[in-house]
Amino acid sequence: MSKTQSKPIDILNLSKSYGPVKALDDVSLNISAGEFLTLLGPSGSGKTTLLMALAGFVRPDSGSIKFGEQEMIATAPQKRGLGMVFQSYALFPFMTVAENVAYPLRVRGVSKVDQKTRAERALDTVQLGGYGDRRISQLSGGQRQRVALARAIVFEPQIILMDEPLSALDKKLRDHMQIELKALHQKLDATVVYVTHDQREALTMSDRIAVVNHGRIEQIETPERLYRQPKSFFVADFIGESVSLPVQIINNIAQIDGHKLNSNLPIVKGAGVHRLVIRPELLEVVIGKVPKAANDLSGRVHEIIYQGDSILVIVQHEQLGLINVRVPANRAGQTGLPSKGERIALALHPEDTIIVPEHLS
Amino acid sequence: MSVTDIKDITQNPRNVKKLKAEERRESLTFLGLSMPAVLGILIIVFLPIFWLSSLSFYDAKGALSTENYARIFESALYKRTFVVTSQISITVTVICVLLGYPLCYWLTKMKDRTASILMIFVLVPFWTSILVRTYAWLVLLQRKGIINSSLVSLGIIDEPIQLAHNLTGSIIGMVHIMLPFLILPLYATMRGIDTDLVRAALGLGSTPRKAFWHVFFPMSLPGLFAGIVLVFILSLGFFVTPALLGGGRVQMLAQRIESTITIYSNWGAASALGVVLLLLAFVMIWLMNRVFGLDKLFMR
Repeated sequence: MSKTQSKPIDILNLSKSYGPVKALDDVSLNISAGEFLTLLGPSGSGKTTLLMALAGFVRPDSGSIKFGEQEMIATAPQKRGLGMVFQSYALFPFMTVAENVAYPLRVRGVSKVDQKTRAERALDTVQLGGYGDRRISQLSGGQRQRVALARAIVFEPQIILMDEPLSALDKKLRDHMQIELKALHQKLDATVVYVTHDQREALTMSDRIAVVNHGRIEQIETPERLYRQPKSFFVADFIGESVSLPVQIINNIAQIDGHKLNSNLPIVKGAGVHRLVIRPELLEVVIGKVPKAANDLSGRVHEIIYQGDSILVIVQHEQLGLINVRVPANRAGQTGLPSKGERIALALHPEDTIIVPEHLS
Repeated sequence: MSVTDIKDITQNPRNVKKLKAEERRESLTFLGLSMPAVLGILIIVFLPIFWLSSLSFYDAKGALSTENYARIFESALYKRTFVVTSQISITVTVICVLLGYPLCYWLTKMKDRTASILMIFVLVPFWTSILVRTYAWLVLLQRKGIINSSLVSLGIIDEPIQLAHNLTGSIIGMVHIMLPFLILPLYATMRGIDTDLVRAALGLGSTPRKAFWHVFFPMSLPGLFAGIVLVFILSLGFFVTPALLGGGRVQMLAQRIESTITIYSNWGAASALGVVLLLLAFVMIWLMNRVFGLDKLFMR
């Protein structure tokens, strides 16, 4: 739809404190033109503060925000030319759908006729063609979400900010909208900064994910690399399921309980103890002996929990305690699966062996 | 559900009767609980109003007539009373809006704690007796009161100006007493406006001024309307403050009713005035609803 050139965003040394709390702690981040970047983190991590600073609603204490070549740090929100989608949608309840969508055009002095055609086109884009005359109160949650989206893209902004736009929808609709948003982004040629605390949402939609914690960016990576090669325990623990065990690093070799751990992944330097992160789906249930190259985490089956799409097996390891293993719920997964109390052979392959420091140095 | 299913249920009670009885019992309970209040309102409010208004259809000799109403529309004295009453009520309402709206808007911008403390300054006078506050204004506004003496000593005026015992005094006192009635509903409505809405307007390119007029102001209208109706209707029938601060020179409708009874003991005439006042209030509410088009705003 848009033919405008999307803009990169350069954030440099951005800081913001609320009393003793550092909401943003010297954050630097470069977002490429046309990228879909997600700020992922728990509530209170500073991700929303960062987004609101980009939008101009939060005044940082220091730092720089550039859209393209332009310094924006002290620019008023209305002069930043952003498309915005709010968590609450923030649709104007006394305006019709079309009036809502046309609002950014109205305040930009676009003619009434142009407002109408462009609002209709934006509504078509979000598959709400013909809904223009409805009242907001007549729409479902998913439809409201689309109106908010149409309003954000109607004036063809180069940058779109989204603050947890899907969190109010039920799971099925949310999954559907994730795919739709991703497709829309590819069509729009706009830089999107997206805030969420839902890791699956972030993995599904993003070109890159910035994991935010305590006002700092812990790691910024593509979804796959972030999942497979987390840089800190926080990132490993926040994204995906995992069980973690403390390990000793001696001469750059990881040891657990006196046994050497084979890992193809680099051991990240950092503060505190290192931890082995075991993702349930990365463990392999082997029939017979665990191969020499792999790490042997065999134990006894403690519990088998059927979860529909998969089966969670809780294994009691003699020294290490409880370890979770996930196997597919199909026949292949269940073939040879020992029953409760029996011995189970578990292999953790070197390329799946994730070792992270407790804190980033 | 198919048609046969429905038939099934009616033929086969499946506790339908039991559940219906339970439902009836429940609604009877609620009716019983609300009955004392309904009866109270009927006896205390509606019966006297009905009885009093029926008086207006009898003349001084006790014969049925419409002379009480005829007098209201013919007498120049009554006409003046109506004009003065409307003028004062409109003026008071307008001043209350001009003072109250910015104040409420400013309060919504405050931190919660500060706003609550500031609201106490609105509420404390609200809880104080009207009589006490009116006399306090009399003390402040009189020829040798604080306001006149400080204005003279500052050299702003040479002679004390007439602030009490006239229209000015009545309006000052009435505005002071009416202001909380505007502020309370308006502030409650403003507080309820989602701040994200104004942010959305700004974020989408609206200037702060446009965001205010396009988004905040329309959203605050229901509260403003409620406040205006309250202030205006209460002003129409206000007695104490204009009577004391007007010093007998300002004759509003309520004072006219009072003098009609105490001086002329003409209950029929007084009752007719009361009926007209009541109708006036209803017409005003209806008119304002038409002007503001509130039904549209409340449709959600």
